[in-house]
Amino acid sequence: MRRFLPHPLLTLTLIILWLLLVNQLSAGHLVLGALLGWLIPFATSGFWPEAIRIRHPLTLLHYLVIFLYDIVRGSFHVAYLILLGPARLRPAFVQVPVALKTELAISLLANTISLTPGTVSVLLSEDKRTLIVHTLDTDDAEAVVADIKQRYEAPLKKIFEEGVE
Amino acid sequence: MIDILLSFLILTGAIFTFIGSLGLARLRDFYSRLHGPTKATTLGVGCLLIASAVYFSVRDEGISLHEVLVTLFLFITAPVSAHLLGKAALHLKVKSLAATPEQENDTPPSPGQVFRPTVHD
Amino acid sequence: MLMTVIPIAYALVSLAFLLSFWRLIIGPDAPDRILALDTLYVNTLALLVLLGIHLGNAIYFEAALLIAMMGFVGTIALCKYLLRGDIIE
Repeated sequence: MRRFLPHPLLTLTLIILWLLLVNQLSAGHLVLGALLGWLIPFATSGFWPEAIRIRHPLTLLHYLVIFLYDIVRGSFHVAYLILLGPARLRPAFVQVPVALKTELAISLLANTISLTPGTVSVLLSEDKRTLIVHTLDTDDAEAVVADIKQRYEAPLKKIFEEGVE
Repeated sequence: MIDILLSFLILTGAIFTFIGSLGLARLRDFYSRLHGPTKATTLGVGCLLIASAVYFSVRDEGISLHEVLVTLFLFITAPVSAHLLGKAALHLKVKSLAATPEQENDTPPSPGQVFRPTVHD
Repeated sequence: MLMTVIPIAYALVSLAFLLSFWRLIIGPDAPDRILALDTLYVNTLALLVLLGIHLGNAIYFEAALLIAMMGFVGTIALCKYLLRGDIIE
């Protein structure tokens, strides 16, 4: 099974992407998409040393809902701050210690931080333990860190790294 | 009904696109400017793309979902560009209103806040 | 209703263009200019999508897709250049 289909999730994603790209659902495109989805993981296997495993699909779903809600909330927040004017802003750099270990989880965390209210991740330290985050308007750096850790990092850890050492 | 939904989506999208660029022009340091285009503009264009998907789905009486592809692509790439831009700016020591991590590093770090300033890769 | 909203949206997106372009000209640093370029291509995307709805032609979407991809690659290449002084190693 693993020899013939090394990355089932990647294959599924590629099939869906292909169907979206051609914008029609027909048997022919389904077969073509499946073929591409089967072959491309072999061609790019160097980039994917390990197959992605999702341990808690329900938590992932819940995380996605929070994520989408926070994208909207974040955009309104930033729009409000921009309209308020630059004089009122208190920008700061905050260092967030990262407890995640897999690269996928860390990059997802960084991307989530960038799209959610008031924060953009700008730098990951060399040892991958600290994320430098720029916040647009805060005077309580610790609250920002606590919010990120509890709201985004904890579910990501549960989804991708539970039981991994 | 669809007309109202479409008008709402288009107007919201255009307003957010505008506000994103307004932030780019108005804010005072590079790191603050990073916020506008990453969040507001991305959501704005996302709204417009969804409006387009709804419009063509209704007009051609078949589901048109390939706009979702661009929306997805934008939402994945926007934070990546922002991260790299921020990294480049820190590397070049661009002026910042907030104390940058390098400047903070001159004072002894407080416990749990160890920071290594080398920009790798 | 749609046909009254679309000109307003055109105006807003065009203003966004001007603001980004202003930032592109005054800088002051290289990352600022790259960010302005990045915003400009996303604005172009918005304008193309609006044009597609206005003229009822789905072909503009293909251009939008290409701009999204090329713009992202361009931004990344420029950032890489700033970070390393080199794009392809």
